[in-house]
Amino acid sequence: MTTEAVDSTEAVGTVAPAADAGFLQRHGGTIEYVLIPGAALAGALVVFGIFVAMFGKNPLDLYFYMYYGAFGTWFSWQNTLTRAAPLILTALCTALPAQLGMVIIGGEGALLIGALSATSAALALQGLPPLIVQIAMVVAGVIGGGLWVMLSGALRQYRGVNETISSLLLVYIALAVLNHLVEGAMRDPASLNKPSTREIGAANMIGTIPGTDVHWGLVFGLIAAIAAYILIYHTVFGFAARVAGGNIRAAKIVGLGVSKLILTICFLAGGAAGLAGMVEVAAVQGRTNANLAAGYGFTGILVAFLARHNPLAIIPVAILLGGISASGGLLQRRLGLPDASVLVLQGIIFVFVLASDALYGRIGFLKGKS
Amino acid sequence: MADGSIGLWTVPLAVLGGAIRVSTPFLFVSLGECITERSGRINLGLEGTLVMGAMSAYGISYLSGSPWLGVLAAGITGALLGALHAGICSLPRVNDVAVGIALMLFGTGLAFYLGKPLIEPTAPRLPAIDFGWWSDIPQVRAALRVNVLFLIGVALAPILYWAFRTTRWGILIRTAGESSDAARAMGHSVLLIRLRATMVGGFLAGIGGSFLSLFYPGSWNEGLSSGQGITAVALVIFARWDPLLCLWASLAFGGAAALGPALQSVGVTSGYHLFNAAPYILTLAIMIITCSPKRTLTGAPAELSITR
Repeated sequence: MTTEAVDSTEAVGTVAPAADAGFLQRHGGTIEYVLIPGAALAGALVVFGIFVAMFGKNPLDLYFYMYYGAFGTWFSWQNTLTRAAPLILTALCTALPAQLGMVIIGGEGALLIGALSATSAALALQGLPPLIVQIAMVVAGVIGGGLWVMLSGALRQYRGVNETISSLLLVYIALAVLNHLVEGAMRDPASLNKPSTREIGAANMIGTIPGTDVHWGLVFGLIAAIAAYILIYHTVFGFAARVAGGNIRAAKIVGLGVSKLILTICFLAGGAAGLAGMVEVAAVQGRTNANLAAGYGFTGILVAFLARHNPLAIIPVAILLGGISASGGLLQRRLGLPDASVLVLQGIIFVFVLASDALYGRIGFLKGKS
Repeated sequence: MADGSIGLWTVPLAVLGGAIRVSTPFLFVSLGECITERSGRINLGLEGTLVMGAMSAYGISYLSGSPWLGVLAAGITGALLGALHAGICSLPRVNDVAVGIALMLFGTGLAFYLGKPLIEPTAPRLPAIDFGWWSDIPQVRAALRVNVLFLIGVALAPILYWAFRTTRWGILIRTAGESSDAARAMGHSVLLIRLRATMVGGFLAGIGGSFLSLFYPGSWNEGLSSGQGITAVALVIFARWDPLLCLWASLAFGGAAALGPALQSVGVTSGYHLFNAAPYILTLAIMIITCSPKRTLTGAPAELSITR
């Protein structure tokens, strides 16, 4: 993974100067969007290598096991893709509001509420044909997660409450609601050590894509990302959202319904994260318990920023970060690194990516001067 | 409830004790954030700073045997994270809110990584001063066991209030926060002022973290801080960037956070998790009540990106 990512960006970097200036003028911006995050990623990997070396581990071993654990075998590829699925969806939770200039970081909360809603729907509809139960779970998950994030959007629009802080507070509230229900009203009496809800039933699980161990959630994620891309870049609604994100006063002057935009976008954003919760229940856990708070919502924030909030770019970035988290187990077993090493690497990547924002428009040969 | 005679009084007593005990990290983080935000920058990464502070305090206290060295180490760690935040933010076109989110994840991850070997051992903890010696009731005595850090925090609030109004540094910080052009015209580097303000803010937040691991709850584990840092950042907003109001708000929060365990101790166990979420719900409720879409908050530093 690491070498591939770096190689491809370097390839772009070395080919580009050789091309004519007209090509650079037309594509300089696009190249920047690949080159700069790629360089930031490479820088983060080098720093993480140094960090690990300070603890007496060989950085080259680290890179090898990361690559091997993420993309080295068919087994690791499947593991990576399984983890990428919720990341695509939670990243959309940050990327969509970002079009409006809002910073929502509450994907984890929407995921938990989506999972709870989907589980409730499945438990309420026991006995009906699986397809109906599954559709109900999707609808419930999307609505649950959507309303949860829409609350942050509404508070921002109608009460001026900062959406970044409110969405993060709602993560902790969602976790409390989940624990409350899982240990109380919704608890399966048979779940002794780990309080959980009842199982949704094997028939209602969404299963895996034929020929693989990767569940259908990945397809949900891909469809959601593509749909979000079309919505943002190829519809009037998306255009209006980007206008409002660029200049809210201009949007009001031309008569765009800013409230409606904010509420709709936040609902869709939360709906994506809620769908991630539904997928985790219906494809992985089979029930709701505290295992669901695995941090997909927080990694999704990083995915969105690394993809510069572009829904299509989210797909490869989510696979990349899914790979990093998939390799965590191997790093633990082979190198004896703590499981938090994945978190450290994610943090370093995040810092580098944000610092690299300063580089845009400043790389000499990409300015297209001739 | 060894002494049955006080019965339900346990709850208000525990809330009072909680207001004193639990409020300390809120107090330090909010005072630190207050300084940073007054200089015109917001540091959402204090959640990560708090956890890093807790981890480094515990580690240094364990290795050196002195909890006070641990507190100092936590402060220095916090200041370094603050310097990192300020350093990245001083690059052109870098968003301070996003950098804060990144450092929140980075600080938490790094603390979990480095703190792995610290979960087992027991480090020396900070001493407490017994203000409840006059009472025979154990609950009263427990509620009035006060840590020195709490007293330092309480003293710090009026000192900061005074410093913002009258000292050269306080006025410079406020100038940078109200109008970076004015500060520049006076010949001061806004970036340098903000660097220092963020470092001091990180120092205080780190100390707040040391309280978590060295006094209450008084151990190191990965679930030590769940959102206290971010709650304290929100607290600064409705304390209107006023250090004295930060003090009262922190006390109220500590009381709210102690409600869950207090009710559990008298046998009210249903809704335990919901009561534990009381500080977050309270924060959200107060923000809903005090914010308004029509006007900027009174007292908000004009350069602050989050209120513009």
